[in-house]
Amino acid sequence: MQQKQILLDSAQVVCYPPPDMNPADIAWMLVATALVLLMTPALGFFYGGLVRSKNALNTMMMSVSALGFVGVGWALAGYSIAFAPGNALTGDMSRALLHGVGLEAQGTIPHVLFFSYQGTFAIITAALISGAIVERMRFGPYLAFLFLWGIAVYAPVAHWVWGGGWLSRLGALDFAGGTVVHVNAAAAALVAAVVLAPRKDFARQAILPHNVPFTLLGAGLLWFGWFGFNAGSALGANASAALAFTNTMLAPVATLVAWTLLDLLRSAKATAVGAATAIVVGLVAITPAAGFVSPVSALLLGAAAAFPSYYALLWRARTRLDDSLDVVAAHGVGGTVGALLTGVLAQKSWNGVADGALFGNPRQLAIQAVAVLAVALYSAGSTWGILKLVALFARVRATAREEGLGLDVTQHGEEAYGSGEGAILVLREGGGSELPLSGPVLAPGGGAS
Amino acid sequence: MRGLTLHRVQGHGGETERVETYRGTTVKMELSEKVRLEIGVSDHFVLPTVNAILSAARTGAVGDGKIFVLPVEKVYRIRTAEEDQAAVTPVG
Repeated sequence: MQQKQILLDSAQVVCYPPPDMNPADIAWMLVATALVLLMTPALGFFYGGLVRSKNALNTMMMSVSALGFVGVGWALAGYSIAFAPGNALTGDMSRALLHGVGLEAQGTIPHVLFFSYQGTFAIITAALISGAIVERMRFGPYLAFLFLWGIAVYAPVAHWVWGGGWLSRLGALDFAGGTVVHVNAAAAALVAAVVLAPRKDFARQAILPHNVPFTLLGAGLLWFGWFGFNAGSALGANASAALAFTNTMLAPVATLVAWTLLDLLRSAKATAVGAATAIVVGLVAITPAAGFVSPVSALLLGAAAAFPSYYALLWRARTRLDDSLDVVAAHGVGGTVGALLTGVLAQKSWNGVADGALFGNPRQLAIQAVAVLAVALYSAGSTWGILKLVALFARVRATAREEGLGLDVTQHGEEAYGSGEGAILVLREGGGSELPLSGPVLAPGGGAS
Repeated sequence: MRGLTLHRVQGHGGETERVETYRGTTVKMELSEKVRLEIGVSDHFVLPTVNAILSAARTGAVGDGKIFVLPVEKVYRIRTAEEDQAAVTPVG
């Protein structure tokens, strides 16, 4: 009955799917959107494992909240700024609040699906920044920062490269966001780490990861989701998607091998945190190149990307820069290397769009460099502005005491690993008793339905 | 002073209780994470040890904790069977 109704509607109203849409493309992009959305909680696990246990929930919430606050911003205005027609720098507000975003075709998929898919990119890009400022930022100001950053920084940059803006007219190649996502987030992370200043314990105490298995789990889920990120950026179930998918497998495997060998050479120990980092660096580096280079080039690119990020990490740890979880070394350096190597290794015989420097088009490398520089500068400047703006209204930095107690308890009123011992139920209504009741101890979370 | 034993314990001093909420359930956490150190030293190391803890563990807030100095009847070092002063003197 229901099906009949739909068929009837389809025949009369939109003839679904319309002839300019492709069911295979729609099916793949539905899956790809879900895959990319999963990357944000995965990032929460990746980052959450790397901090101290007293900040585990806060760190994971910094990613999880991006789903909400960046996602809402995307629906309100971000999508319109990024993808509505406009000028070379920004889209206009004609698509604000999904105005005109309906079931009509955008490419070969419904416009609403294109909107959702692109929204998942905005979300994870903003969440990536949090790695540079963990364990010390008050949560309310962080939420305000997330919301504003998604609209004022991510959306215009996406417009430049993917929305018909000046970098796309210039011919910059960024298949899935090496510049838009990773260089953008890393420049913001660098500025945020400087503005927030180092944690009180930074360079005074050993600050160690509290749960390396979480970090490995996060890296694994990120890789899984990244297939949607890169292969989905083909915006269809086609050969370009298959190439991007294969390259998303090959680059990180090479990075992992190169990184492990570097670890073994340096300290005779292949570290797990190193392996998790290597996977992310490889994924970051192949992101701009995914649909533009051959599989062998991807292997090469992945291996090459290990070196600058590996040594950037070692160098950063000796500086006063508390980019706590090395967003700059992984995403900034990795993203830049990937974007530049895209300009070297791109092959028209594989992508049908452009060749890189190695295949007779050195100009492409220059264009890539311009794109990286422009995005980094805009992101750094506007991130500084947003943080200063938020600081006008609220204290951004946690106090030394809050840092000492941990941000889980002070910002969220929860503990990641509370035993529940000594917990007394507070009765607020009904009995009128404010006295603690003796009796069974409540395990956190256990008592609530 | 080189040897010490550390326990992670839960305790309650005069500090204010934390309030936590898990969905609809609000609880007062009466016990806080504390660290208990046990340090065995010979007599003339007692004061330096106490001073070291006083300077390092002090935040100035209620709940910083207490130091108890207790006499010890007898000490043996298991490895060598040394006794008392010799047993708590670090090996050169």
